[in-house]
Amino acid sequence: MPTLTYRDALNQALREEMQRDANVFLMGEEVGVYQGAYKVSRGLLEEFGPMRVVDTPIAELGFAGIGVGAAMAGLRPVIEFMTWNFAVLALDQIVNSAAKLLYESGGQFPIPIVFRGPNGAALQLGAQHSQAWEGWLSHIPGLKVVAPATPADAKGLLKSAIRDNNPVIVLEGEMLYNTKGEVPEGEYVVPIGRADVKRAGRDVTLICHSKTVAVALKAAEQLAEQERVSAEVVDLRSLRPLDEAAITASVAKTNRAVVIEEGWTHCGIGAQVVDVIQREAFDHLDAPVLRVTQADVPMPYNKQLERLAKPSPDKVVAAARRVLYLD
Amino acid sequence: MTTATAHAQKDQAQAELERRMLRQMLLIRHFEEKAAEAYALGKIGGFCHLYIGQEAVAVGSLAALRDDDYVISSYREHGQALVRGISAGAVMAELFGKATGCSKGKGGSMHLFDAEKRFMGGHGIVGGHVPLGAGIGFAIKYKGGDQVCICYFGEAAVNIGAFHETLNMASVYHLPVIFCCENNRYGMGTAFERVAAVTDVAEHACSYDMAAELVNGMDALAVYAATQRAVERARKGGHPTLLEVRTYRYMGHSMSDPLHGVYRTKDEVEEQKKRDPISQLALKLKEEGALDQAGLDALDAEVRAEVEEAVKFADASPDPDSAELTTHVVAD
Repeated sequence: MPTLTYRDALNQALREEMQRDANVFLMGEEVGVYQGAYKVSRGLLEEFGPMRVVDTPIAELGFAGIGVGAAMAGLRPVIEFMTWNFAVLALDQIVNSAAKLLYESGGQFPIPIVFRGPNGAALQLGAQHSQAWEGWLSHIPGLKVVAPATPADAKGLLKSAIRDNNPVIVLEGEMLYNTKGEVPEGEYVVPIGRADVKRAGRDVTLICHSKTVAVALKAAEQLAEQERVSAEVVDLRSLRPLDEAAITASVAKTNRAVVIEEGWTHCGIGAQVVDVIQREAFDHLDAPVLRVTQADVPMPYNKQLERLAKPSPDKVVAAARRVLYLD
Repeated sequence: MTTATAHAQKDQAQAELERRMLRQMLLIRHFEEKAAEAYALGKIGGFCHLYIGQEAVAVGSLAALRDDDYVISSYREHGQALVRGISAGAVMAELFGKATGCSKGKGGSMHLFDAEKRFMGGHGIVGGHVPLGAGIGFAIKYKGGDQVCICYFGEAAVNIGAFHETLNMASVYHLPVIFCCENNRYGMGTAFERVAAVTDVAEHACSYDMAAELVNGMDALAVYAATQRAVERARKGGHPTLLEVRTYRYMGHSMSDPLHGVYRTKDEVEEQKKRDPISQLALKLKEEGALDQAGLDALDAEVRAEVEEAVKFADASPDPDSAELTTHVVAD
């Protein structure tokens, strides 16, 4: 199986889906001539031309809305946001238009659209460029939200997202684009709504998604080496719909859980996961569920402070020790 | 065919068009009057924004469109929905929240839809649907069609960022869209000149290298002619147009708002009613000898009966089944 970067896996998914369906087009800032701010769209303008790889002005609200309108009239737009921080300007179109048109039209207007781009912090980009929005986005009925952690999942989930007849949010990451992994060639789709056990274990479940999967895997290694603890790493992959069965099955086995995410604690994804656990696996729990999140502050610029603000393997290990009553 | 016969046929066709426009305006007027009654009786809930006074805009502009063109509008869209051919019964039933409504009772007054009629809503956030109109235009161009999309919004939407972002992109991408600004002078209770630095909306088109026209919105035929020119530009060359159609709403912003008071005087409203689009067109038809008083009365009675039927239909229709609560959240 070929090894690809996360970036190239996304590129492959886009290229294959654009070849497969003439109604699929890509629109966003710098996607064409510049080849993509993060080079996800490299080569697509040359292959598909300017009608299908559309450079836009810096006008997130406007081009997100053009995407939704195009979807109403039968196209399958992929809207790239340079980052989800800028997509906040387009939330009216995502929340009020894309997510609601099917319902408020009594089923007449499905909106097959993908909104994608990097989410969460990179390195020292400051408060306005370092935000993880999945808590907000997953709150909205009518949207699907996926957050792939590996190149293979990035390809498979983006292909599913493009084929889905609903608005799908694809959360990528600047820090993920260069990561490498094996990616199946050609037709490879990962169904939306299915979590994936990235490492099997017995003693504690580490529930994570996107960039925190790497954090959890590292923590699991440390736990195995330092504590002889066998941690299971459950990668949610989809945040809406959430794979409640996978969460429940793992916690039923390990009886303990730590939920990790890049976003803030208050009303975060972890809060929803903990709700699933208390509701579906209450009798299996041997300890309260703990969460590791970003510190409840706007992201600081200073390198040391930023490191302190982010979830880390050490923080996950510490939380796991507590739910295992090792402290 | 002799020249005289050709002229006679043209006159005949013109009289037919004008008669049809008059009928459509009467339908909107009486429909909206009934909606006001039904609102007072509690049969319609929530927000209900009436179109009374603005009839010539929907009727004149939509007469210039083909059936395969697209229409998208704001929350003051009952008139456009009716002219587009959604039955009065289906619109009234939607206002009543009934299962037989054009959005199955799940949209309401602000969210009328009909995919078959290419009526793309009914949108409730001021200016939020303006980019959608451009997106529909983008899809037309993408597929190589010669349809156009007309996008209606009020003058208050012009102060919204989405309006400016959209006009810029529609011009850059050469999209076949007619941006039809229904300038009824007031955003709810705020006079446009109190909150807009540029009060001639059409002037904004200069910023985006776009064609524009200022139109008398109380004259259905003037609106028709201006829209025809805009449609021609869009269909032939993919050039968007900004139409500023000056009109006036007789009612409050919505059914829960006053007709006049702190923001405009009763005298102003009465003065505007002298330019009533329905009276003007009826007078023209009479003067041309195309319609006498008896004919006008008959037309009026016919339309009133249609609206009565619509109310009966809406009254008799069932509420949506409880199971409808969770349908259409996500598509298969």
